[in-house]
Parts: sequence; structure tokens; C-alpha cells
Amino acid sequence: MITAGIDSGAKNVKAVIVKDAKVIGKAMVPAGLDTRGAADQAYDEALKAAGVGRKDVQKVFATGVGRKGCEFAQDEVTDVSAAAKGIRFVMPNARTVIDVGAEEGRAIRINQEGYVVDFAINEKCAAGAGTFVEAMARALETEVEKMADLYDRSTKEIEMNAQCAVFAESELVSLVHSQTAKPDIARAVLDAVGERIISIMRRIGIEKDVAAIGGLALNGGFIKAVEKEMNIKLIVPQDPQFVSAIGAAIAAAE
Amino acid sequence: MADAKKEFWRWPESRWTNPEIDWKKGKYITAGIDVGSVSTQGVIMVDGELYCYGNMRTGSSSPDSAINVFNKATEGTGLTLKDIHFTVGTGYGRVNVPFGNRAITEIACHARGANWMYGPAVKTVLDMGGQDCKAIKIDDKGKVVAFLMNDKCAAGTGRGMEVFADLLGVPIEDVGDMSLNVGEEPPPVNSTCVIFAKSEAASLLRAGWPKEKVLAAYCSAMAHRVLSLLEKVNVEKEFAITGGIAKNRGVVKRLTKELGIEACETRWHNKAYADKGFPFDTQIAGAIGAALFGKALAEKGSK
Repeated sequence: MITAGIDSGAKNVKAVIVKDAKVIGKAMVPAGLDTRGAADQAYDEALKAAGVGRKDVQKVFATGVGRKGCEFAQDEVTDVSAAAKGIRFVMPNARTVIDVGAEEGRAIRINQEGYVVDFAINEKCAAGAGTFVEAMARALETEVEKMADLYDRSTKEIEMNAQCAVFAESELVSLVHSQTAKPDIARAVLDAVGERIISIMRRIGIEKDVAAIGGLALNGGFIKAVEKEMNIKLIVPQDPQFVSAIGAAIAAAE
Repeated sequence: MADAKKEFWRWPESRWTNPEIDWKKGKYITAGIDVGSVSTQGVIMVDGELYCYGNMRTGSSSPDSAINVFNKATEGTGLTLKDIHFTVGTGYGRVNVPFGNRAITEIACHARGANWMYGPAVKTVLDMGGQDCKAIKIDDKGKVVAFLMNDKCAAGTGRGMEVFADLLGVPIEDVGDMSLNVGEEPPPVNSTCVIFAKSEAASLLRAGWPKEKVLAAYCSAMAHRVLSLLEKVNVEKEFAITGGIAKNRGVVKRLTKELGIEACETRWHNKAYADKGFPFDTQIAGAIGAALFGKALAEKGSK
């Protein structure tokens, strides 16, 4: 049986093709202005990578903030259940999942059977989401991808007072003006996002193993910030940004 | 595009001198310096009467901002620091006023200043500042009875409005009036967070909304945001607004409409001041309060 999962996020659309409990193709394209077009494109690219056509796919499920715009999907699943199903597939031992995308951060607790026990979401505020890191990277005149490397080169722990991304931007500018080293600022930024996510996680209780998914999980600095603050080890699956799309494809197969 | 370089958020700085006062004849000359996170005001009072003031953008150093605003306020008056009997610092940078004799919180100063500017009937003050927003309940003497504040989030603050003015390329002092220039009131933007509201506004513009309509949706969201703060302190008449956003009719009109309570007109309670047309700047309330505290302290000789 071949199924597909589409995760239409705030920033990127991810598509995954699953055949008999195996991922056989995946693709990611920027959501841009035309979410529908982006979903079509991601789906076609994933199909191409898998070497199959639309007619070979029995079912397509969509998830993510833009899931309503995915016209070719037969059904949809919520972000939380897609993430839970996806993590159960890639990392069955995970009991707590943090999922940080561009505009949302979530923590989800799942039981042994893979059912969602509890979850908490921040969708109101950019502090605690990928957008925060992007805005700060811009203010630091660097790229998001380089933030992790800067984090590693930091020699001094400094704290940011501002929580709000708008205020943090001004604070960051004054830090730059007062000759604070760029790596130390980058670390403060990632520590700050880490703290926001930890506070979401604490609301639902933490059980090991703890996994991190979503785009921000690709950022090693963010992972280290959370690990250090919590004194735990995070497990990060390969391609963490595709986990929810995998979950949607699994849901379609059920 | 020449416009691209323009800083739309940058509001005009100002100063003023009361032509009717000769400071040399004054017994107590006091200064109130309000160093905020976005703007800094300096007010000089002679025996409790408004003599001059300056209103500027805060620089990167609080002490420098305090000195600059003192110089701006006293420009052309011949007043120098050593002529001042007592200086009270207030605002976010209040402990960094190099010539300050005392620091008093901006909550107390805004309460006192609003009472003096708008009159003793004021029971609720909403101070909409650059990086925070406070709802303050006061008594007829201008003393603080209770307050609530948001200083964690840019939604509902002047800084948030500056970000929007820049995004839309509209001078900040025009935002309010432009936002009222819509046929039908659009629903407020969904996002609370200024960062998310920015991307929401960008897609509204792309969807063909005129700037006026986008501004209306944002002003309305901001009004909504501060409304919850006011409701929590149990807002009562008379209701006065201080701070920079008090100048934005787009926010004030929508806020008072939702609240069902009119805001005090931005006019001096002191009839002589009103009749003579002295400028009424809602941003100087904190500095006025500070200068008034300075007068009381100078009289007590607590220097």
C-alpha cells in the first residue's frame, strides 16, 4: 500500500510517500504566497523521488497550518496527532516530543501505544518559534544555519532580558553596539528559545526519551541549549522536519 | 526609490518654553526627567508651573539621553543644571540620570502627571509607552491605587506601532488618521504577536487591501489588546490616556468605542493653560509628575 502525507507549514510544505511502512520519497518546498501551488509541487517532487505517480497512491492525508489548502488530500490530521504518529514511526521509544516550527512550538507526551496523553502549544508569540531565531539571525547579519556554529564558538554566557522578538531585536542591536561577541549573542538567542520551549514542555510533564522534531531541531545550538538547561539528552531523528508529514502518511495507511 | 530610506517610525522631536515665566524669579526650579525605553522627556517647572519641556528619542545610553533632553528642554532659556533645585528621574532609565536627586517609578509619576494635566476627576490612566503599557487606578490626588502592566510583549506598545509604520511606509504620526479613513471597519488582525501580525499584514497587502484598511485592522487589534488590561483593573471614569499612542486617534477611538467610556479630551485641566493654547503633549505626563514630586521634595528640603 502506498500513501502520502503532506505537512503544509507556515514556512515550508513537506511531502512524504510511504510504501508498506517505508519512506520511499520526500520533498520540501517553500510555502511562499501560494500554499496550494506549493503543496502540489512538493507532492509531485516527492512522487518523482519515489518513482511513482499520483494514481499509484491510495490515500493522501494533510496536516499543518495550511492543511485546508491541500485540495488533493482525502482527509486531514491535526499537527499534534501527525507529530505523535510520525515520532512513533521513527523513534518508538520517545515519550515526550518537542516540535518547533517556524511559527509554533509544541510539546506532546505520548504513551507506549503511541496515543497522545497531553500536549501544549505556543502559537501566539514568536518567542519560542523558529521565526524568532530567523529575526535574530537577520539582526546579527548572519544566517540561521550559521547560528549553531556561532553557538559552539561562544565563550561567555550572557542573558537576554527581552522575551518579545521585537524587544529582543533592539536589545540585540545594543549588545552588538557594546561590542559583545557575536557567538555569545547567538548563544543567548538560542538559549532564550530553548527556555521558552522548556517552559511549554514543563506544562505537560517530561518523560524520557525526549525527542525533538520540526525545523528548529536541525539547529544543533538549539538542541544543546535545551539539553544543557534540562540536563537531559535529546534524540533527534534524521530529517526532523519531515516527521509530521510521515505521521500524516501513516495515518492515511491506517 | 527614495522612499525606501525614509524612517517612517521616526516621530518629530519637540521642545517648548512658557513665555510668561521668568525663571530667575522662581523660588523652586525643579526638573523631571523621564528616560523611557523609546523616548525621553525633560520638564522644568518653576514653582509648580510648567516652564519648558523637551521630548526626544532615547539614545543608546541613558545618562546621555538624560543630559541631551535637559539641554533640549532648556534651549534658549539660559537655564543650566546648577540652577535646578531638585531633579527627579523616572522611567526605565531613572537610576541613570546623572544629575538626578531621586528616582521615582514611572507609574507614580504618570499617575501624578495625568492628575495634573487632565485634572483630579481622573480615576483611570492608561499609559501607552514605547515598550510597555500600564493601566493605573488613581485617587483625586493622583496617588496610585492599583495598576497592571504589560512589559513583556510588543503588542499594544508604541514600538509595535513603529514596526508597522515602517512596514507600510506610513509616517507614524499619520497612522491614526489614515486608519480611520476606511469605508467599513475590517476585522482586527488575528495575530497578537507583532512579528506574526507583520506577516499577516504583508499577505493582506498582497491580497489587495489598501494601506488604510490594513492599518485599521492593526489599530483595532491594538485597541483590543489594551482593553483586556483595562478591564482587569476595573476601568472607571474619568479615563485619561498618556504616552505616545494617546496621539493615535485610530487606536484611541477604537479603544473608547469598545470600552464604552470616552477618554478625556487632550486639553489642560488648568484653564489658563488651555485658554492660552499651551501645547498639550501626552508624552510628557511622566516627566511632569517627576517635576511635581521634585517640587514637593525641594520644599521639604530633602536634598
